[in-house]
Amino acid sequence: MKVGVIVFPGSNCDRDMYHVLTDVFNLKAKFFWHEKNLPKNIDAVVLPGGFSYGDRLRAGVIAANSPIISDIKKMAEKGIPILGVCNGFQILVEAGLLPGVLLKNESLNFMCEWTNLIVKNNKTPFTNKLKLNQKIPIPIANGEGRYYVDKKTLNRLKINNQIVFSYENKVNGSVSQIAGVCNSDGNVVGMMPHPERAAEKEINQIDHKPSSLIFESLIQTIGVKN
Amino acid sequence: MSFQKHEKLHIKQNIKRNLTKTEVQVLAAEWSEHCSYKSSKKHLRMLPTTGPNVIVEKGYDSGVLDVGDGYVITVHIESHNHPSAVEPFGGAATGVGGVIRDILSAGTRPIALFDGLRFGDIENDTHARWLFKNAVAGIANYGNCLGIPTIGGEVEFDTCYKNYALVDVASVGFGKKSKLIKNHANTGDLVLLIGGSTGRDGVGGSQFASDALEGEDRSAVQIPDPFIEKLIIEAILEARDEKCINAMKDLGGGGLSCAISEIAESLGIGIELDVQNVHLRESDLSPDEIMISESQERMLVITSQKKFSKIKQICKKFRIQCSAIGKVKKDKMMHVKNGNETLALLPANFVARGPLIDRPKSKPKYLSRIPSTPKKKTQKPLSKILSQLLASPNIASKHWVFRQYDHEVGIRTVLKPGFDSSVLRLDNGKSLSVKIDGNPKHCYLNPRYGAIGCFEEACRNVVCSGAKPIGMVDHLQFGNPEDPEIFWTFMESIEGITDFAKSMNIPCVGGKVSFYNETNDGPIKPTPLIGVLGLIENSPLLPTSPTKNDVIILVGETKIELGGSEYYEYIHNFIGGSVPQVDITASKKNMKSVLTLISKKLLKNVHDCSKGGLAIALSELCISGKIGCNVNLKNVSDMPPEESLFSESHSRYILVVEKKNLKHVKDLLSKNKCHFSQIGIFTGDQIMFEFVTKPVLKLRVDKAENLYLNSLEKIIHNG
Repeated sequence: MKVGVIVFPGSNCDRDMYHVLTDVFNLKAKFFWHEKNLPKNIDAVVLPGGFSYGDRLRAGVIAANSPIISDIKKMAEKGIPILGVCNGFQILVEAGLLPGVLLKNESLNFMCEWTNLIVKNNKTPFTNKLKLNQKIPIPIANGEGRYYVDKKTLNRLKINNQIVFSYENKVNGSVSQIAGVCNSDGNVVGMMPHPERAAEKEINQIDHKPSSLIFESLIQTIGVKN
Repeated sequence: MSFQKHEKLHIKQNIKRNLTKTEVQVLAAEWSEHCSYKSSKKHLRMLPTTGPNVIVEKGYDSGVLDVGDGYVITVHIESHNHPSAVEPFGGAATGVGGVIRDILSAGTRPIALFDGLRFGDIENDTHARWLFKNAVAGIANYGNCLGIPTIGGEVEFDTCYKNYALVDVASVGFGKKSKLIKNHANTGDLVLLIGGSTGRDGVGGSQFASDALEGEDRSAVQIPDPFIEKLIIEAILEARDEKCINAMKDLGGGGLSCAISEIAESLGIGIELDVQNVHLRESDLSPDEIMISESQERMLVITSQKKFSKIKQICKKFRIQCSAIGKVKKDKMMHVKNGNETLALLPANFVARGPLIDRPKSKPKYLSRIPSTPKKKTQKPLSKILSQLLASPNIASKHWVFRQYDHEVGIRTVLKPGFDSSVLRLDNGKSLSVKIDGNPKHCYLNPRYGAIGCFEEACRNVVCSGAKPIGMVDHLQFGNPEDPEIFWTFMESIEGITDFAKSMNIPCVGGKVSFYNETNDGPIKPTPLIGVLGLIENSPLLPTSPTKNDVIILVGETKIELGGSEYYEYIHNFIGGSVPQVDITASKKNMKSVLTLISKKLLKNVHDCSKGGLAIALSELCISGKIGCNVNLKNVSDMPPEESLFSESHSRYILVVEKKNLKHVKDLLSKNKCHFSQIGIFTGDQIMFEFVTKPVLKLRVDKAENLYLNSLEKIIHNG
């Protein structure tokens, strides 16, 4: 059972994600450089955070045109769980795999701080062990994290249950305080906050269990190392 | 650009011919104060540099410390003051970039950044505010993009930095001891230039930094590109894993001239290079400009012919340029060619070792004119004074700054910015605690005591997390060293630092000297900055907020030491008085005892007592626990209340102790003969100080919290 961690030029949370998947949750994981192909036997894909291509042009937009994206699109269609965190979320949005856009934060500054998420959809492969409306203490770290969709799309997201996480408080000006969304099938999830930074006790002095459940949900979906 | 008399003589005696145009440029860059340390090098030798954890290798640009289990940490500190004063965003960003490449050149991955920032009076000076905002943005932009967490530092404001900026950046690296680059080279090895292209930015940067800041020479400021730096880090570490690197050096001040001559000198080799092989950003760059350009994000790598194709392949993967610019020769010469034409041919050690200077020193006259106490003390209520201090730019929370830095990436940050020190977890189960400290106000009044004080304060801060100091880096920043009075302050500082380092057995593993920090308004106050690294063998003390009835113990003696304090300077606008002096015996005893108490898990929280004195340190604890305190100043000292409250005496720690542990704690402190006193408890919703039976200061915690947390942002937004 293998998780592919995609590495773009400028990804910088790839090793953090790998550490959490393997050392903490005992999953098998492998890095894939953005110019490689993804093998068929991959069970899940994670696009980690960072500054792919130095956020040039617009966060995520260049990486969204990387060769590996076509493989990821095929996997998305097949229903394989795909998670994009922070820049990974921005890339999924730019690649058209998730709705909406991510704009500059209302403060116009980079923001690194702890916040609370509220679980809005616990039917995805990354949230199935969480309770609806459960709180997750978790850090955000981004400059372009303000989620935006027009009213029509927002309604559609609500009807299809595509809002996965929202912020408990007003953080950055996101529409409906949205922090994470999924595609209409629910297998592709993107979120701005960093679950890999909150799933261990030593680095999360508030409560690491809720973030751990994001990874445990994935294990529930794809099984553990065999 | 002209050589000084003794330099001309040195050239004449050694070269015995006229220098070529390129040679003049090369020597001018390498012999600048910035690169050659001509004024300071002789004196830096007094610092102790060895210790049980220190690993010394040829040609390292960073200090290396063994942390056990086959792992090492590396550390380096640099400043980028002149560039940041002209173009704060780019200056500060490239300062970050430079220090990171020093960490990388040892073969270790940079895992943390710290920065010490100093500007003029941001409350009244809009230019200072502009410099501050943009320097912070530059650091954030660069560090965040690289995914290296900025986990600590300090920010200070003083009118002596008017129209100027001090931007000091320290970086820490981590890696396996077996993967450290053992710098070496064989004849015939290739000299590669990897990374960004060479352009006209930063031409003459090191000479620019070796003079007072008078004009705004923007072309001497380098242009940052963190994305290229990130690619270089990954490419270099991959090349290291593939054993492609024999030797490596970062290109910083003085550009190719410095890097080539210094690496050749340290390895005892010669290097022949052709400027036509350097990849350029603009095609019309002259060979001389190529040699002294300080374009960023470039690394010099020496590799064997056999590994050349592998390293090229790695660079291709990351789409960064890699040019073979020269070859290693036996002759120990630095040979610069332009095709077949020789532009410079000088012995590498002649270039790399500029002639040193004995600078005269004399005690500054201003020191004899310093008054001892303020003439008229303002009769403000003490609660008003505490409120003003909590809201003052030097004391108020720097949350607005830290929030812009990604301090979580790398998932090592156990203790986050805003505490006494920052703590990182390492892969061997140990933790590293780091703090940098400076105090120009103390150093101005007494450069020796001030410098020792900064050093002790940084030690205290890492001790508060349960770490034992294992190494230090220093960054000595002064005005023009040709002025004997300024040179005296430099000598006092370095002698003080040396004394303290020796008596505490803390080796100096790296450092830098920066002179000519002055503008038309005059020199800066002496600003030595000390970074201390502490190792925690087991788990760090994660401070727990105080709760009702927790007991407050003050370790260390509070003396009439208000010279250079925030109370004198910010409240009374008074520069004078006695600067806090470290008592080395007490310092050692207190440090050792606090560490023992932490390891016995007898303390809930330990907080260093420094800027703003006891009143501020206690307020910070109260704010963190949203609880008041009741303290009797009679238990602190017999001095008048305001002196007990705001004295900045060193070697003091505030211990937060649960009642059940009180006896144990007191017994141990008594046994170790520490000066300590039980001064009060946490309770209620007021910060309350009494003197004997009379209440002297009362401030509601929520009010204090609001002032402390929100003032800096208000100043920035509203002026």
